[in-house]
Amino acid sequence: MQNSKFLSAIFAAGVTFVLACLMLGVKLNTEGTTLQVEGASTEQWTWIGLGIAVVFLSQLFSAQIDAFFSGLPKPQLAKVLPEASVMARLKPWLLAALIVGMLVWPFMVSRGSVDLATLTLIYIMLGLGLNIVVGLAGLLDLGFVAFYAVGAYTYALLSMYFGLSFWICLPLAAALAALFGFILGFPVLRLRGDYLAIVTLGFGEIIRILLNNWTAVTGGPNGISGIAKPTLFGLEFTRRAKEEGAMTFHEFFGISYSSSYKVIFLYLIAVVLVIFVIYLINRLMRMPIGRAWEALREDEIACRSLGLNRTAIKLSAFTIGASTAGFAGSFFAARQGFISPESFIFIESAIILAIVVLGGMGSQIGVILAAIVMTILPELAREFSEYRMLLFGLLMVIMMRWRPEGLVPMKRPHLELKQ
Amino acid sequence: MSQLLLDVNGLTMRFGGLVAVNKVNLAVKNRQIVSIIGPNGAGKTTVFNCLSGFYIPSEGSVMFNGGEIAGMKDFQISRQGLVRTFQHVRLFSKMTVIENMLVAQHRHLNTSLLAGLFKTGSYKRLEQEAMDRAAYWLKQVDLLEFANREAGNLAYGQQRRLEIARCMVTQPELLLLDEPAAGLNPNETKELDELIIRLRDEHEISVLLIEHDMGLVMGISDHIYVIAQGTPLADGTADEIKNNDDVIKAYLGEE
Repeated sequence: MQNSKFLSAIFAAGVTFVLACLMLGVKLNTEGTTLQVEGASTEQWTWIGLGIAVVFLSQLFSAQIDAFFSGLPKPQLAKVLPEASVMARLKPWLLAALIVGMLVWPFMVSRGSVDLATLTLIYIMLGLGLNIVVGLAGLLDLGFVAFYAVGAYTYALLSMYFGLSFWICLPLAAALAALFGFILGFPVLRLRGDYLAIVTLGFGEIIRILLNNWTAVTGGPNGISGIAKPTLFGLEFTRRAKEEGAMTFHEFFGISYSSSYKVIFLYLIAVVLVIFVIYLINRLMRMPIGRAWEALREDEIACRSLGLNRTAIKLSAFTIGASTAGFAGSFFAARQGFISPESFIFIESAIILAIVVLGGMGSQIGVILAAIVMTILPELAREFSEYRMLLFGLLMVIMMRWRPEGLVPMKRPHLELKQ
Repeated sequence: MSQLLLDVNGLTMRFGGLVAVNKVNLAVKNRQIVSIIGPNGAGKTTVFNCLSGFYIPSEGSVMFNGGEIAGMKDFQISRQGLVRTFQHVRLFSKMTVIENMLVAQHRHLNTSLLAGLFKTGSYKRLEQEAMDRAAYWLKQVDLLEFANREAGNLAYGQQRRLEIARCMVTQPELLLLDEPAAGLNPNETKELDELIIRLRDEHEISVLLIEHDMGLVMGISDHIYVIAQGTPLADGTADEIKNNDDVIKAYLGEE
């Protein structure tokens, strides 16, 4: 027993050594036309050595470490929070305070943070959308980014060719993404599990490659630039109005021009959209259709025997999830002002899925928290940007060990029979 | 003669070269309890699967209420009023008892997206009706006090009863029970016996039953079919079956 522990510790240390050597220990430099291998500095080697020692010791004493951690008193949430009845009364006030806070907050912080918050809100929207498909209906979708792309390109193309405004395109983009979800879902939803994952993965790639190669319409890899920004009842947020006779925001209110108005306006739109999506999903979970998703995930055969049309039910989850992504996509296009197929690669799908899994499948609060973590963490750790994927991996491993059910495991709203 | 509720003629199911069910005929009248018995592996559950649309029969016709249902999709058949239970309990175990009952009434509810989002009058009314119906049937099977429990936490006998209640709440005309007494103790079996008779006499539905508990079968059946190795062996009332030589041979072997 002791012996095997020692062996496994040596093995882990060895793996760490090999990995660290390849990634940190040596460097390639271009010298004219040749490449030269250069060793790292002594300081770096010391760090690597330390890392190996830590891995070795933690493996060797893993039992003791585990015992130590399990001995620690667990934080008792139930004791800190007031009782359920008090919570129920406090809840609307807390929610109101949160919403007001989110609306006031951008006026007090820097432009950069508002921008980052807007990006986070986009990922929250995407996470919530995928959460319907994966978390609630239990359909593994690896090509979710395709619907995001459909939404973004719907707005970009309609705005470019027909000059339609953002507000008209928003529902159109959602509808078109839903239509794509429907078209894809129809043949695909008879597949299950891994097979479904592979087909959706392929679909995601098809959409991206289509956008990349249909140069005549989509501009191919060059993308579409100069997409119109959203307006507030026709008021633009530019320095000067684009069209003759049109007013800009600062002219209308007689204030001096500031570029941060636009950023804050976009942020506020995103907040409203996210609140709308959250409300929608909350209602859905309590509606017959939400119950049917849940039931279908638990036992498909029983559902069939009770007269539930499983294709229709799965399709509804797929379609509603896709339309959320369409929302997020058209907003993304409006915010960026420039989109190209580069924004819709597979990694995006993976990140959105990671958000859902990290947050806890089916859990809305969990998904929101995970979206915040997944977008803000890379920004905070900018110096480590080369090791971003490494950090993601680390995060996932820690999650698996610490909370395999996600940050905030799903708690379904149970329907009660009043007697 | 009154019209048959279920009229099965020459039902055959082949899996490749294997004939699992061979030219089975069944007839169920309104308000009748009919049993199918037979040794293990005789093809009883396969018959159920064919009737409820889980399999599409290779040959034969299945008339339900005067209409052909062979070849229809499973959910369409159950919407016609032919609902089944399973040999192994299939509940939505993470959902509460009352939610199990509501899922079963999915098609009776207003499932329109907008109606649910805005909680329209008809949505609320149908939801309330479904709740009342669920409560009524839970009371019938003595589970009302457990309505807000998770279904997976119920005792086995209660899960069995919940499965029957969940079928009944879909308002069927014919209930197919696949070994409902399996795993029940004698007391529970007796209660089940009474429940099935009540379903026929008070709620005026027919029951088609697969069962190994001969006491139960002989006690309540109006008519019994015997199947052995996929082929019909005999049919008749309980007394006729008890004294049928072929049946005794199939169960006990030849001397």
